[in-house]
Amino acid sequence: MNAVVVVFPGSNCDADCFHALSEVMGSRVKFVWHKERDLPKTDVVVLPGGFSYGDYLRTGAIARFSPIMSEVRRHAEKDRPVVGICNGFQILLEAGLLPGAMLRNRSLKFSCKFVHIQVANNQTMFTKAYRKHQILKMPIAHGEGNYFCDHDTLKELREKGRIAFRYVTENGEATDRANPNGSMDNIAGIFNERKNILGMMPHPERASEGVLSSTDGQGIWESLAECVGV
Amino acid sequence: MMVPVEIDERLIEKHGITPEEYARIKSILGREPNFTELGIFSVMWSEHCSYKNSKPVLKLFPTEGSKILVKAGQENAGAVDIGKGQAVVFKIESHNHPSAVEPFQGAATGVGGILRDIFTMGARPILLMDSLRFGRLESPSTKHLFSGVISGIAHYGNCMGIPTVGGEIYFDDAYEGNPLVNVLALGIIEHKKLVKGAAKGEGNPVYYVGAATGRDGLGGASFASRELTEESHEDRPAVQVGDPFLEKLLMEACLELIETGAVVGMQDMGAAGLTCSTCETAARGNAGIEIDLQLVPRRETGMIPYEVMLSESQERMLIIVQDSKRRTVEQIFDKWDLHAVPIGHVKSGSKMIVRDGEETVADIPAKALTDEGPVYHRELKEPEYYEEAKHFNVENVSIPRNMGNVLKQLLSSLSIASKEWVYEQYDHMVKTDTVLLPGHDAALVRVKGRRIGIAVSTDCNGLYTYLDPYEGGKHAVAEAARNVVCSGAKPVAITNCLNFGSPMKPEIFWQFRRAVEGMRDACLKFHTPVTGGNVSFYNESPSGTVYPTPVVGMVGILDDIEHRIPSFFQKPGDEIFLMGRTGNDLGATQYLAVVHGIKSGVVPVLDLEREALLHEFMLAAGRESLLASAHDVSDGGLAVALAECLFGVRGKPLGAYLNLTELKETGIRADAILFGETASRVLVSVEPKKQKKLERLANQAGIECYHIGRVTEEQLRIDKYIHELSLELEMLYRSAIRKAMGE
Repeated sequence: MNAVVVVFPGSNCDADCFHALSEVMGSRVKFVWHKERDLPKTDVVVLPGGFSYGDYLRTGAIARFSPIMSEVRRHAEKDRPVVGICNGFQILLEAGLLPGAMLRNRSLKFSCKFVHIQVANNQTMFTKAYRKHQILKMPIAHGEGNYFCDHDTLKELREKGRIAFRYVTENGEATDRANPNGSMDNIAGIFNERKNILGMMPHPERASEGVLSSTDGQGIWESLAECVGV
Repeated sequence: MMVPVEIDERLIEKHGITPEEYARIKSILGREPNFTELGIFSVMWSEHCSYKNSKPVLKLFPTEGSKILVKAGQENAGAVDIGKGQAVVFKIESHNHPSAVEPFQGAATGVGGILRDIFTMGARPILLMDSLRFGRLESPSTKHLFSGVISGIAHYGNCMGIPTVGGEIYFDDAYEGNPLVNVLALGIIEHKKLVKGAAKGEGNPVYYVGAATGRDGLGGASFASRELTEESHEDRPAVQVGDPFLEKLLMEACLELIETGAVVGMQDMGAAGLTCSTCETAARGNAGIEIDLQLVPRRETGMIPYEVMLSESQERMLIIVQDSKRRTVEQIFDKWDLHAVPIGHVKSGSKMIVRDGEETVADIPAKALTDEGPVYHRELKEPEYYEEAKHFNVENVSIPRNMGNVLKQLLSSLSIASKEWVYEQYDHMVKTDTVLLPGHDAALVRVKGRRIGIAVSTDCNGLYTYLDPYEGGKHAVAEAARNVVCSGAKPVAITNCLNFGSPMKPEIFWQFRRAVEGMRDACLKFHTPVTGGNVSFYNESPSGTVYPTPVVGMVGILDDIEHRIPSFFQKPGDEIFLMGRTGNDLGATQYLAVVHGIKSGVVPVLDLEREALLHEFMLAAGRESLLASAHDVSDGGLAVALAECLFGVRGKPLGAYLNLTELKETGIRADAILFGETASRVLVSVEPKKQKKLERLANQAGIECYHIGRVTEEQLRIDKYIHELSLELEMLYRSAIRKAMGE
């Protein structure tokens, strides 16, 4: 699989995504600087976590104007996969590639810890490798991960299988206690309509090696590799 | 600011310069200094920059070692070889005074400053740790300081993408109004890429890079060199404002530039800003330097040279590059949208010349500022409380009847309770190298592409050091080393941050000297030289002087990350051993402080010989993969350590069944067995089949080895004394800080 990791000036999970994809999963990975206007030939585009532009305004609010974003959009229009993790998810929301918005965590504090999420739809190019309703252990690390959208959007996300992951207890209950940031419907990740864009707050690249106490994130990379045929 | 017409006694005094120092300045210059020069001398000769009061004592520290690549004091931070052509660069620094006045920015810029010290040497920072002290959390002002400091650290570290992997926090009246905020950073680099902070090569350009200069932090180094008073809040302009995003850009740009080989020397503008970076690089390079202030990017109008030279605006660096590489510098900084302006050049001679356009505003021999400042041998006096504490008779302390309640009280006391409320606000996993997460004895990170791990622990027991500075100094080094050893790593070197009151007070200076002597003896015994650090004096507020708090940051190397040892018990059925003997050591314990309200007594004596033997034994046991877990016994004693070992998996604590017959036979009080803090002890668990081997190894090493029990499920049963549900203990332990914060 060929993958591109986009680097914004304040990206800080770019090297982690690169490592998980190349060293752990054996993909061919390239960094692409956000000021570039061309995207090298690639199967997958990853928008990594971080603080793209310091995020003093709103997370991801300025990154969407980066030159590379129009190429990312074009890549997605060809039904090719784009995954935005954490700040990458926030950028996808700001760019209008995914619906809804992020609010500050209801605790009003940054929160870094392992949580449990459940695969809500395992029939997509990002989640095929997972079992139906599989429960995954993955870390979150964000101050604004409280997903919000209007009622109609939520209805559509639910009905069209566009919710990718939900925060759950270890036993798979989507309770309020299991919700680390106040996200609507315990949403941890969503797809676009054609399900070739995934935005998620948890960090699969931090859960791709045994030494980091979870390998549950590997399923995303494996699903993509299977889907693109290498 | 207006330039004063005349330099009079009042102005000199206001700059913290004594009449004798002023006379010395005049003899160096051969004339009266002008206003700008007076400001330059005042910051460079402040304690913060010159160590004028601490230097003679700091010389006691061992600084040599076979793995030391950059010694203490040579550069911005020390460097230690970790094999395969790589080195770690690390340092701890205080930002106490700024944090007392403006906790969020004070702490944030503390993180920013220490990170610059690391990447200015060419190393990429890979981890942060924090050692913090606050007053009692019950008071609203402490709550404000505590939450402000934590979110300030989180704000800066998280945005930089450098994991904050651990640290320690104590709450005690002694820190009321004068919190301690010590930040440690560690970076990694290839030996051949180490950058020096030296100006060399006549004609080479001197670049100013990073943020523009404003009036913030004016005179911060002098501010840090006096006591906090009721009026300190008026010093708020002396606290800088941090911009972590800008620092992230600056870091990436600097590291990218270093890769090109264009850099001759680099120095961050930290305390004393442009002043310090210019004269220090010149002095280290045995060269002269000339800069023009009109070329300095500014963000405020009407700044006079004095202000530009003394500003402590954040996120700025001074870089000396090869003359032929100007374009490289400008291209890289342009890519990162940062200023890169040549403001001067390296000259022959040894002077620091500062111009403001055509006018020369400072003309000073660089070494006069950096190496020829005053040095004081301060008076020492043993304080009266020292002997008094030793005569405290523990026999008068009644033995509680319900030990279970005592354990609960200790587990929910804030200095012992879980710090997850804090570390969950820090991104402690970014970079995907954090192998032992916060909560273990030491933080442990891997080095991608290699088998080794780097373990770090920060430690200091302020109460110990107050009651007995010499023993306290030894304990700080020993506990940090023990924590590193518990992870399986071998201690290699330390950095330290020495937080004390005013050195002008003989009793305080005695504390300082004795603590350093204790640290020295421990460092010599463990072969862990000091690679640098920071002295923070004048930690006094209207409510008193802080405990002498010499925080140690110990770095260790684990040869193979697969041999790492967690602090928590792993599974029911494993056997529990206490390594090291237990004495009647109740003096200075958390138990006496929390349960009986007594902060006195004889500090547990630390036998360095035994401690070193224990480390060797632990490392040998680790190499043979005998240990399922290892946790050092410190604050709160054996019972607290046992309880902590149960809490490995959140919400699913294990249990333990202990029989203390062997310990009881020694005739020690029950509360001393359970909560005493005898030094040099470690609690380990092993699989039953490895038990014999462990006992044999301990026997050979001459380490007392008590088989005290077994890991079970759900309940903690300590002999006839304690019988509690593990889950209840865990809840108390994990929720105490959250509750205290009213959440």
